Order: sequence, then C-alpha cells, then structure tokens
Amino acid sequence: MTNIGSIISIVGVLIGLLIILIYSLKGRDIDRRVIFLFIFLSVAFAILFNIEFKESPTPIVRAVFDKIENMPPGSRVLLSFDYDPAMKPEVGPMANSFVRHCMAKGHKLYLMTLWATGHALMIESIEEVLKPEFPDAVYGTDYTSLSFKAGGVGVLNVIVTDFQKMYPTDDNNTELSELPIFEGVKSATNMDLILPIGGGFPGPKEWILFIGDPGNVPVAPGLAAVVAPQIYPYYPKQAIGLLGGVKGAAEYESELRQRYPQFQDSEATALKMMGPQTMAHIVVMAFIIIGNISYFRSRRKNIDA
Amino acid sequence: MRKGPVIVVAVVAVLFIISLISRMSGVPEGTSTFESLASAFWVTFAAFLTLAVMSFLYKDNPFYKFAEHLYVGVSAAYWMCLGFWTTLVGNLFPRVSETLSNWFEVPYAGFHPHYLIPPALGIILLMRLSPKGGWISRWALAFIVGTTAGLNLPRFLRSDFISQISSTFMPLFVQWQGFGHFFSNLSLSASGQLVGMLSNLVIFVGVFCGIIYFYFSKEHKGAFGVGSRFGIWILMVTFGASFGYTVMGRISLLVGRLTFLLDDWLGLIQ
Repeated sequence: MTNIGSIISIVGVLIGLLIILIYSLKGRDIDRRVIFLFIFLSVAFAILFNIEFKESPTPIVRAVFDKIENMPPGSRVLLSFDYDPAMKPEVGPMANSFVRHCMAKGHKLYLMTLWATGHALMIESIEEVLKPEFPDAVYGTDYTSLSFKAGGVGVLNVIVTDFQKMYPTDDNNTELSELPIFEGVKSATNMDLILPIGGGFPGPKEWILFIGDPGNVPVAPGLAAVVAPQIYPYYPKQAIGLLGGVKGAAEYESELRQRYPQFQDSEATALKMMGPQTMAHIVVMAFIIIGNISYFRSRRKNIDA
Repeated sequence: MRKGPVIVVAVVAVLFIISLISRMSGVPEGTSTFESLASAFWVTFAAFLTLAVMSFLYKDNPFYKFAEHLYVGVSAAYWMCLGFWTTLVGNLFPRVSETLSNWFEVPYAGFHPHYLIPPALGIILLMRLSPKGGWISRWALAFIVGTTAGLNLPRFLRSDFISQISSTFMPLFVQWQGFGHFFSNLSLSASGQLVGMLSNLVIFVGVFCGIIYFYFSKEHKGAFGVGSRFGIWILMVTFGASFGYTVMGRISLLVGRLTFLLDDWLGLIQ
C-alpha cells in the first residue's frame, strides 16, 4: 500500500507540476492559491498513504543521544516543555523521545515548563508516554513534575540558585523537601543535563544563557525549526548538541528505535512526519525552479523585444 | 440569506456525522452514546476551527475572524487563570497570609513582608487604566525595564559576547599530526579530520568576511571589497538556511493539523 501510495502521490504531484510549468511557460500568472493547494495535496497524500523514509542521526543529534546514553543511571535530567499546542507537532516528538530514553536508562526526570501552555502538554507526555510505557516508575522518586510559574527568565534566575524559592511545592502541592528525588538538589546547577524544548521566549536560548553558562550545566536543546539557526552558534561549547525541527526529532527517534528494540512499536510521530515533509519540500523546490525558468524566459523575451 | 455560510454549515454537519460514525465504530466497551456524541462534537468543533483558520489562505472571511477572536480570547483567559493559580496561589499567598493559604489548600510558608512589594507594583501597573493616575504606572514599568536590563546584561555579555568570540577561535589544523597522518586517514566523514578542518576554515573566513561587510568606515573596493562581497554570500547562505528551516517548521505545523483532520476527526488513517 505504501509503495503504491508513494507512486500515486508522486505521479499525481508531478503531472500537476508539469501542467503548471507549461502554463507558466506560456506566460500566464499562477494564482498563489494553486501553490497552497499543491502543498496541501502533497502533504495529505503522504499522510494518507503513510509514506516513510529512513533516517540516521547527524553528529549534532547523536551528541545528545550519546550524552543521555553514557550518563550513569540515576543521573538528574531536567526536561522543560517551553512550547504550546501550535509548536507541538514538531517538538512534541522530541519530548516523548527524551522521556522514553531517560526512563529507559534509569535517569531521574524533573519535568517543568516556563510556558503556561506547556503545562497541559507536559501532563499529556506523562499520561500518554511515561505512565503507560514505564508502569514501574514512581512519582517523586523516578520523576517529578513542577508546575508552570509565570516570570519567564525571572524563574530561571531564581532556580539557578534555589529551586524552593520559586517552587515551594510540586504539581501535587507536595513540598519539594518531602520528595526523595529532590534529595541533594538545591538548584538547577545540581542537574547533570538540561533538555529545554521549545522555540519561543523564554526558551532554549534562555536556558543556555541563564542556567547552562553560569551554572556550568550541559544543555542539549530540542528546537522548533524557526529558531534552530539562531541556536546553532552555541554548538558545541554552550550546547552539547541539538535537535532542529522535526528532522532532528526523526533522527533521534530512529536512533532510539535502533538501539532500544522495545520502542519499535512505540509511536514514532516525527518519523511519520518526514514523508509529508519530503513531499512538501519537493513541491516547494519544484515551484522555485518553475518560477526561475518562467522569470528567465520572460526576461529573455523582454530583451529580444 | 447568503449561500456561503449555509454551505459551510451543511458541510461541517455532514462531516460531523461521518466523525460520529467513525467514533461509534471504534469506541471501547462501556462508552455511552452521550460520550461518543460529545467527543464527536468537540473534535468536529476543533476541526471546524482548523478549517476556519486555513480558510484565510483563500481570502479573509467571517469564519477566520471568528476563529481568530475565539483563539485570542481563550488564550488570554487561559494565561490569566494559570497565572493566578501558579503565581498568586502558588507563590504569593503562602508567604503573606495563612488564611488565604488554608483557603486555597497550599502549605503556609510563613509571613515574608517583602513579598508584598510585587503585588503593590502590580496594582501600580494597573493604574495605567486610570485617566488621571496613569503616570503612576511608570514607576512599576521603570522597575520592570531596569531589572530586566540588569538581569539580562551580564548574561548576554557572558554568553552572547565573550563565549561567542571564544567559540570563533578554532584551530585551522584540527588534530594535526603531519601530512603523512593526514593523507593516510583521509575521509569525508562528518567527524573526520578533513571535514573538521574545512568546517573551522569556513567559520573563520565566514565570520571575518561578515565583519568586513559591516565595516563601513572604509570603501569596499579592492581586496577589502572582495572580502565584503564574500561576506554578503555568507549572509545569504545563512538567511537561506534560516528560510529552509522556517519552511520545514511551517510544513510540520501543516502536517500536524492535517493528521488531526484525517486521523482524529475523520478516522481515515489506519
């Protein structure tokens, strides 16, 4: 079905693009809505026919994977869900992969968010990934969830010295001092790794600026694609690695599936998204080429005239 | 009556029935008809809002405006509620009032008078709404601007200035052990010596030429002009990479929404 679907999708899109190429070569303008329709159809076909591609991790993604993999079990990992439902399709899979990997390695997970909209998504990850896939994980010992606090970078500025000043209690109104997971943890600098996921303000950049650099804590951000180029300069000194957009998430999922066979049947959302991504990118590139051919042709016509 | 809205409502109603049938066929045992109906209604409403937002690509229309206004209103209310429960109930009340702490069932942390300053500044900020006392809000604003600048300056200076300059000082000859070693271990691997050297060279030349482009005290001609032009190319490549990532981000969002429409709503994906 997948192969037949791929062929039908590709042939359909190619025929459409050919018609548009001929149309534009005749010097007629193409409505922008035709482009939207093409992107829509190419993505819809790829989703419906479940088109998938193989992924392998690039060094920048592998650095994050290897860091989590090589830390001794029981290491403290802080995972921050600094995103909203709009950003969820591309960064949500990263969060789920990090939860799976950290729990499989036996690390202690500290979940929190600097975005009000991230709180519900954090709970979703706990309920849909952590609890069903790791039923033996004990709240307060293996993982904990801290609620959202307003204040943006102000929150970071406080937790870099003292968690309890900003979080007197966790999500369940339990004092942090009563949770075994917080034994020996005073501030965010006691973490062995910080995994901020998001792409807005405050987000991964602020985690590097306010916690990673001053506290000398390794930071490995998972980024929405739009901000990834802004964070690349921090690699490798200030960010040990990073996951850029759905491509980074897919590479991570692929590596996780390869190294941990128990996750073969887990949902690999990012890997599934790479099919529609690729189809849409092919259409965008085709339109750029058609546009350029059309432009140079019309310029030559003008020169000849 | 205009035909457009009637057609849209009819289409949404038909799709609601399809969604309902798809949900009824796959519901776990014990789910009541009312629950299935409610679930189908909410998912159809979410799908309607998705389509309403997407309809802006065709042209501006009342459905888009409705979805936009609803989104802004719900977001503002959500932020406000969460801000109240996490900031006032979570942080302020346990430090200023035992009665309020008990009322909201949060552990009392003892009276700390300096915690009264933030709500005072908050009230001062709300004075902006008063036609005559609006000027008082400037004191709170001045405090916010001052503290933000004070907090950010050392962080940015350290991380975005000093550390970034330090990150640019890279060895052009990575792990250099002589020509013999270099040629005998020649590889195009991303983690190999050759690619490492080329990568560092690109960063060094790119940064250097980029700085040349932004140096306007000397005329851009001769060797300086060549460096400047190369700087433009480096900038263009950077903007291109940014654009590529942005396209990827936008397509990801589209994939997310279409997956919702085709799977969660219509149940078309197996």
